Amino acid sequence: MYSDKVLDHFSNPRNVGEIENADGVGTVGNAKCGDIMRMYLKVDDNGVITDVKFKTFGCGAAIATSSMATEMVKGKTLKEALTLTNAAVAEALDGLPPVKMHCSLLAEEAVKAAVEDYMKKHPEAVI
Amino acid sequence: MDNAATTAVSPAVLEKMLPYFTECYGNASSIHGTGRDARRALEESRRKVAGVLNCKPQEIYFTSGGTESDNWAIKGTAFANRKKGNHIITSAIEHHAVLHTCQWLEKQGFTVTYVPVDEYGQVNPQDVKAAITDQTILISIMAANNEIGTLQPIREIARIAHAHKIPFHTDAVQAIGAIPVDVQEIGCDMLSLSAHKFHGPKGVGALYIRQGTRVDTFMHGGAQERGKRATTENLAGIVGLAEALTLAVDHLEEKSARIAALRDQLIDGLTAIPHVRLNGHRTNRLPNNCNVSIRFVEGEALLLRLDLAGIAASSGSACTSGSLDPSHVLLAIGLPHEIAHGSLRFSLSDNTTQEEVDYVLKTLPDIVTTLRSMSPLYTDFLEAQK
Repeated sequence: MYSDKVLDHFSNPRNVGEIENADGVGTVGNAKCGDIMRMYLKVDDNGVITDVKFKTFGCGAAIATSSMATEMVKGKTLKEALTLTNAAVAEALDGLPPVKMHCSLLAEEAVKAAVEDYMKKHPEAVI
Repeated sequence: MDNAATTAVSPAVLEKMLPYFTECYGNASSIHGTGRDARRALEESRRKVAGVLNCKPQEIYFTSGGTESDNWAIKGTAFANRKKGNHIITSAIEHHAVLHTCQWLEKQGFTVTYVPVDEYGQVNPQDVKAAITDQTILISIMAANNEIGTLQPIREIARIAHAHKIPFHTDAVQAIGAIPVDVQEIGCDMLSLSAHKFHGPKGVGALYIRQGTRVDTFMHGGAQERGKRATTENLAGIVGLAEALTLAVDHLEEKSARIAALRDQLIDGLTAIPHVRLNGHRTNRLPNNCNVSIRFVEGEALLLRLDLAGIAASSGSACTSGSLDPSHVLLAIGLPHEIAHGSLRFSLSDNTTQEEVDYVLKTLPDIVTTLRSMSPLYTDFLEAQK
């Protein structure tokens, strides 16, 4: 049911872990539904995401979409990161089963939550 | 390690079945020689099954599997007794073949009591007794739970049912071939079984109906199965079911003891991993069932990692059921959602080896460590411990 790319990102997830003193952290989802994603961002003075890490409690698709989303926003500006859509994450993984599309939405929301957290901590920043 | 889902057809069973596809392909309803050969094989199979269950051959009806047997027993009893009453008693942890059938009957004007279970998944017979009304026309409680393996006090429940002149059905799909099942000793009026759970073929099962039990015809058509279940008999399947059942109960005690020893190693080994709990009763459970909840990780992720390591298991996680809710059985025993999501079931069979159990015990701890290292729930838990 999963594409090879999903299985690859599930079994060898990129950017797993935490960032100490991260500039932005976003957590979405809840344990009751079986998915929690947390994204950590390191952002430089130019508003570029220089490092991103994630931790995810969830199914194979949740872990794979987290991994893919981190790859897609790394090196991008915050503005670019905010344009990330769940459809783009799913497409980059060569598709997801319909019942798993909500996982890609969670990945999009996790990135946005981390950027929002950054904005809150850095009100001076302009996107 | 997923033998509760299904089992491999044993070579001896397949060998018995094969002639009934080609040489002896007759219709058991035909008058001619080929038909008579088919009829002989059909009735011989019925005798074998009746012998194992300790009932009369004419009390065995072949079906397409456990789900049909459950549907027939429940709907057939409900509609045959509609004038007597409209109330059915079952448990909260039945298989969906029973639960969804009961829910459908509720839409047809029947009322259903779903008795709860304790933390080990055991039905209390007194709860069943207390639920009985003058409208109760059927009690259906499974012999053993398919997810957590808990054995139910069906003998006591059968006695309570009979004391109130109510027929008692048991779904014994998981129990048959794992523990001794004798319909006289249990005292049930109906019992469902499915061949593919004990190394028989898929698509064939049976329903035992005690003589004198009022059950409506399920499939309308020809006169097969004493006019109760029409359709040309799946003879190869039925021969396979009878052979598989005969083999399953042969030396059952020895086989079960060996499997239970492997199960205990799994239970002890897996619950030795921190924050892992056993689901179901420690001893009052099927000899082949081990079900654990692994905190801070999700079941489907565990299954995928195990699959990549060559191990097949199953989970009660929502992600494996296609719904947002985890298994109704795990919720019924009181597990919070997040712990129910991290459940794993290993179900053994006669083919399971010591090496396979050792391999699971060697492989799973590393998978748990890896997934926990990625889990924000585990991070938060460790933070809270500080």
